Amino acid sequence: MTSNLPLPAAVSLRDVGKSFGDTPALRGLDLIAPAGKITVLLGPNGAGKTTAVRVMTGAMAPDQGSVRTLGHDPERHGESIRSACGVVSAKPALYDRLSGTDNLEYSARLHGLTGSTMSTSIAMAAGRFGIDHALDSQVGGYSTGMKTRLALARSVLHDPQLLLFDEPTSGLDPESAQAVLVLIREMTDEGRTVVMCTHHLVEAEGLADHIVVLEDGTDLVAGDPASLVREYWPDDLVDLSIISTPSPLADLSFLSGVRNVQPTEEGAQIVVDDHSVIPDIVEALVKAGARIRRVTPREPTLEELYFAVRRTARDLGEGRMSVEVSR
Amino acid sequence: MNWQRTFTIARTDLRQLVLARDFWLPMTILGSIFFVIVPTFLLLGISSLGDVGAVQQISETLSLLPERAQEQIRGDTPQGRTSYALAVYLFAPMAVVVPLTISTAVGAATLVGERERGTGEFLAHSPASTREIYLGKLLASLAPGYVTTMVGFGAYSLIVNLIVGPEVGGWFFPTAQWWLLMLWVLPGFLLVGLSLVLRMSGKVRSTAAAQQASGLITLPLIAIAYAQASGALYGSANTTIMIGAATWVIGLYSTARGMGSVKRQRLLGVADGV
Repeated sequence: MTSNLPLPAAVSLRDVGKSFGDTPALRGLDLIAPAGKITVLLGPNGAGKTTAVRVMTGAMAPDQGSVRTLGHDPERHGESIRSACGVVSAKPALYDRLSGTDNLEYSARLHGLTGSTMSTSIAMAAGRFGIDHALDSQVGGYSTGMKTRLALARSVLHDPQLLLFDEPTSGLDPESAQAVLVLIREMTDEGRTVVMCTHHLVEAEGLADHIVVLEDGTDLVAGDPASLVREYWPDDLVDLSIISTPSPLADLSFLSGVRNVQPTEEGAQIVVDDHSVIPDIVEALVKAGARIRRVTPREPTLEELYFAVRRTARDLGEGRMSVEVSR
Repeated sequence: MNWQRTFTIARTDLRQLVLARDFWLPMTILGSIFFVIVPTFLLLGISSLGDVGAVQQISETLSLLPERAQEQIRGDTPQGRTSYALAVYLFAPMAVVVPLTISTAVGAATLVGERERGTGEFLAHSPASTREIYLGKLLASLAPGYVTTMVGFGAYSLIVNLIVGPEVGGWFFPTAQWWLLMLWVLPGFLLVGLSLVLRMSGKVRSTAAAQQASGLITLPLIAIAYAQASGALYGSANTTIMIGAATWVIGLYSTARGMGSVKRQRLLGVADGV
């Protein structure tokens, strides 16, 4: 299932399949990453995110389907595609015995950079990711955050058009993770395309221009967050915080425009046709003797959307669930 | 084929070896023992013992060597002839095997090691072709073994010339046969061995398995060492040149085949269930 996008695609996967022995990793995956945008591949472990990235660069050949990365087939034009890609894998894949500079130089030389061009690129990338102070140290002594920053710096040395980040904040503390996400946003501000894999819904929230939800090697849905919300969560939400009452919540479900009332620790989460029903809700609660602390109209979060998508897929029998995720 | 990338891969691997004390320290010690310490003590011992029974007996066993080899042995005294024979036929072949074995151990770890450390992912996503990766790794495995062998052999030559030379009429080592072996036959053998070792390194599941398998591939090297020790290889220069040429042909063919054996998927560690 893939939305129709008006933007040109930096990456396009059509009906891609890949198995390791008897274990399928990708099953008829359709995926488009619009150029100049951040596409987030969202899914649980084992959903096929890493394999999808590997297929995009030609590091792995699919068993079936078609792959186009930057307009080319990675199997036939792998070298030119990989020259235009910057990859940060789930593990930083750094050479621990070498220094930070050695690691960056290795990558720079493989991409054809030499001399002052290479030195300038290294200095700029290291400075940008805040790792310049540690370049002379052996990478084996780096913290996880420093390794991630070095891997990120390495990925942009050759000014790639397409950046592929596989769980780039894995193992980072929240502050470092946030800093990395800000840097990723900056990448697209400069016109690059970013494809990022994550299973952290909070990370994707606010960062993703385009989301592809994967499960069991196939795409469940894809699109920009706003249109996905409209499609999969057409109703509005109201968070209700109330002080002790003689159980007025049951009365709300009879109100016109109220679709569902879910009790929470603070009060309730109410699904409504639209936010215009809020005054009626407040009035009904007051009449019932409830003391209201706060009423918050809001859009669903990506997490809620994600689980709604998965529920829908399960109901439709499209997603073959292998992992049970509880809210 | 981008040779700059090939050399970059080779240079980076060599740099890691240089920084790996756990690699070069045992190699230096082992090389020193076989190239310097053992020959020095034994040759000095024989020279200082003089015309004693043990030396006489060894001297008599030289008659077991092929006639052509016997003709090459220099020296007028039993200890001179014994020292010459030991220097040319026994110590040198034994010493050559040690760094070559280490070199194959380096080669065995090179591709599977990338996969085990997770750095194979970096190479798999890099623009370097699988040929460039293979040749870079081959050079990085070939260089330390061959350079160590040549350096050690240089030291060994100096030692035997200084100790045995005065007894056999001056500097004599390396002999013409040894020059051919070191510069022509040995690199060819090394190429054959390492090209096979790298192919295995790209396919097996662990460094330990690759090193076990590489032990088998050092057998031809051990065979040539024994052949030299027994004097069997002490034929005409033409024979040696032919043997060298054959090893080069086999080595280049094996290298060409090996280039196709590296798969990006294997660097990632997911091919064939690996």
